[in-house]
Amino acid sequence: MAGPRNISVSETSRPVLPRHAKLKYDETRKVWVILAPERVLAPDEIAVEVLQLCNGERNVGEIADQLAAKYAAPREAILADVIVMLQDLADKGFLTEVREKTP
Amino acid sequence: MSDVLPTIPPDASDSLAVLEKQRSTAESFGIPLAVLLEITHRCPLQCPYCSNPVELDRSGKELTTDEWKKVLSELAEIGVLQVHFSGGEPTARKDLVELVKHASDVGLYTNLITSAVLLTREKLSELADAGLCHVQISFQGIEEGLADRVAGYKGGHRKKLEVAKWTRELDLPLTVNAVMHRQNLHQLPEIIQMSVDLDADRLEVANVQYYGWALKNRAALMPTVAQLDECTRLVEEARERLKGTLAIDYVVPDYYALRPKKCMGGWGRQFFNISPAGKVLPCHAAESITGLDFESVRSNHSIAWIWQNSDAFNRYRGTGWMKEPCKSCEFREIDFGGCRCQAFALTGDAANTDPACALSPLHETIFKQAEREAEGETNRFLYRNFAGGTLESGNDA
Repeated sequence: MAGPRNISVSETSRPVLPRHAKLKYDETRKVWVILAPERVLAPDEIAVEVLQLCNGERNVGEIADQLAAKYAAPREAILADVIVMLQDLADKGFLTEVREKTP
Repeated sequence: MSDVLPTIPPDASDSLAVLEKQRSTAESFGIPLAVLLEITHRCPLQCPYCSNPVELDRSGKELTTDEWKKVLSELAEIGVLQVHFSGGEPTARKDLVELVKHASDVGLYTNLITSAVLLTREKLSELADAGLCHVQISFQGIEEGLADRVAGYKGGHRKKLEVAKWTRELDLPLTVNAVMHRQNLHQLPEIIQMSVDLDADRLEVANVQYYGWALKNRAALMPTVAQLDECTRLVEEARERLKGTLAIDYVVPDYYALRPKKCMGGWGRQFFNISPAGKVLPCHAAESITGLDFESVRSNHSIAWIWQNSDAFNRYRGTGWMKEPCKSCEFREIDFGGCRCQAFALTGDAANTDPACALSPLHETIFKQAEREAEGETNRFLYRNFAGGTLESGNDA
């Protein structure tokens, strides 16, 4: 089965795009797109960068660490922005997360 | 069946803008992001509101496997990102797995729009392995009594539930496509719950659009104003309650609206489909407009050329073709005068204002007529088939 629904994105979430949402570079229009059922989303540059880091292993805190280091920007501000963006994507149904298996 | 009117998502943020929305006002007519492929008109179901034309393409006219593969390669090359395999019933074609595989190989995102009744678990699994990204199953109601009657196919509803379950077991995302009308709108709350129970990601609540087969069945399908108000209320309530669990797209019926729908996002602006015989069409009902000559992928023109230059696509593009009251209307670039097929079906001229618009001189008459039909007791269907339709037996006269 696909990942859980109703995700609440937090610092410890390990987000990943589900099978039906594909991040792709559109050669014709020269933009990044997320292909999803009956939708084509156009993530901005930052969103693309975040999504490329969402591999289901890194958690949101680690993603914020990387971006803060790369852009020499305050980590807390970046973390807040990343959570808002990912939560928006999750609410649209285009983000899932990897959870620890419960025995 | 197919009901793929472009739908407007409930919201879009800045960082994740919906591309259709951005491009809809583009001056140049860039190639559409998604294309509907009606690979056959054959279908075991006989829904009285089928969006296929009344004159169906027979199997002998259908494009061959190689022709469809060539079309898929060409679409990917010119910048199309998604294809919807639809029909008729797309699984009635024996080469569907091969076509989905080819589409995946050339980088297209693939969606299957199906009645599901011909699918086996094995076939669905093969489609998933071929790269299928999304499955959309039509439902005609909540229980087999009504659902099978609407579809004119015994055992259909039960099979659909089974296939929906397999879809999720195979980890494919599922959309429930519910076509709504007077005789099933009372089941909407249960259809919403069924979609949640089936673990669907999306539900399309698509009210019937009245042209082609549906126009012939209007008296049996037209909802009352009260039903529609309740429908809208239920959708809004469910959207809020199920946020993050089930996305709901809502296609409103236009008869009771004051403003017409921006049909297809405007003629030749962001959508085309390809018919079983290979005609490139601005809308899946476009062939109902007589006097337009549609180019085929079998011609010596490329698909991109047909989109940009063919007479049929340019005839109703933009606003230059408009007559009054559209011509001087402040909404002309917002709704582009509504639906050309509906204008043709109801007024005899596709360049007239769609009577769904309150500014059309015919709006009042048609609205009143629809209202009378909605209050009437005519529930008998004319079923869709290759013979031009068969009247339902047993129900009222």
